[in-house]
Amino acid sequence: MHELSLMEAVRDLALERAGEHRARRISTITLRIGSLAGVEPDALRFAFDVVMAGTLGEGATLVIESIQAHAFCYACRQTFPAHDGVCECPDCGSISRDLVQGRELQLASLDLDCDDDPLQP
Amino acid sequence: MCLDCNCGAPTHTHTHAHTHLELGQDLLSRNDTQAAANRSRFGAAGVPVINLLSSPGSGKTALLERMARDWGASHRIAAVVGDLATDNDARRLQNAGLRAIQITTGQACHLEAGMVQKALATLESDGIDLAALDLLVIENVGNLVCPSAYDLGESLRVVMLSVTEGEDKPLKYPATFHAADVVVISKIDLSAAVGFERSQALRHIAQVAPRARVVEVSAKSGAGMDELLAVLGLPIPAPL
Repeated sequence: MHELSLMEAVRDLALERAGEHRARRISTITLRIGSLAGVEPDALRFAFDVVMAGTLGEGATLVIESIQAHAFCYACRQTFPAHDGVCECPDCGSISRDLVQGRELQLASLDLDCDDDPLQP
Repeated sequence: MCLDCNCGAPTHTHTHAHTHLELGQDLLSRNDTQAAANRSRFGAAGVPVINLLSSPGSGKTALLERMARDWGASHRIAAVVGDLATDNDARRLQNAGLRAIQITTGQACHLEAGMVQKALATLESDGIDLAALDLLVIENVGNLVCPSAYDLGESLRVVMLSVTEGEDKPLKYPATFHAADVVVISKIDLSAAVGFERSQALRHIAQVAPRARVVEVSAKSGAGMDELLAVLGLPIPAPL
């Protein structure tokens, strides 16, 4: 269970940006989580409310973009979804060693409410 | 509440802007930076470093004891051992003749690059020179979920499962197996007793750990240890 410490990293990154933009509050935090990132989205949601309490991010909406793992099959020249991490091409049955996505663990975007954003044109 | 934007301020008595920031920032960037520093340090010292991952009880410490027994005379090996509590494992390894440093993580379920950085400082203050080692093994916390996301700066990630855990274990923990360079099947001396279906296990490993080389060992009998040495890129000692 390292979702709590991951969410603390999210909070720190988000509050840093919010400070730079002199935000009144953070309205939405969007994360991008790959299916092979080793993280449980439900546990992230649980941790979110706990770590955001008492900050500019309290009450913010948490959006989690789930990224399905995909691998590339060189025989068929195509990418295919690696469900449950299984890298077996559904068409030819060969095993792909080339994971093209699925390990993402990112703060994708932030939406801020600002009275007067010094960094916006 | 402001009806235009649900921003929480009283209705239309304020002026404000909404800012959308596209970031794409890695959540583990701090760990990754520390891991890169560890990696360049290991590279400069010319020492191969293994990050050893498995469930609790797969036999990580027993494998290290076997490494000490079989390889200790010909290779200088040190270990950094992560556990939630106790220094039992480090003491077991020291009794086996390995230089071992314990990291107790408290409640943390995995090792992070910064913890390894601190352990390296302890190794050095104990008079162990990285550049004089032939192999450094980082025995991660027994856990097949959390350690997978944390790069420690290792040159090889080794994921181990024992024959008693079942052939489908890799399918249950795909995130961890995906990151493996080497998969070790341990306790093969028990294969017959537990009815281990070897071909099924190898197939499952190939499906979720497509880049990994597979080595089958018994820490009890010593079977497979030469092959493991070769996979780790270390010279095989001449027979006595």
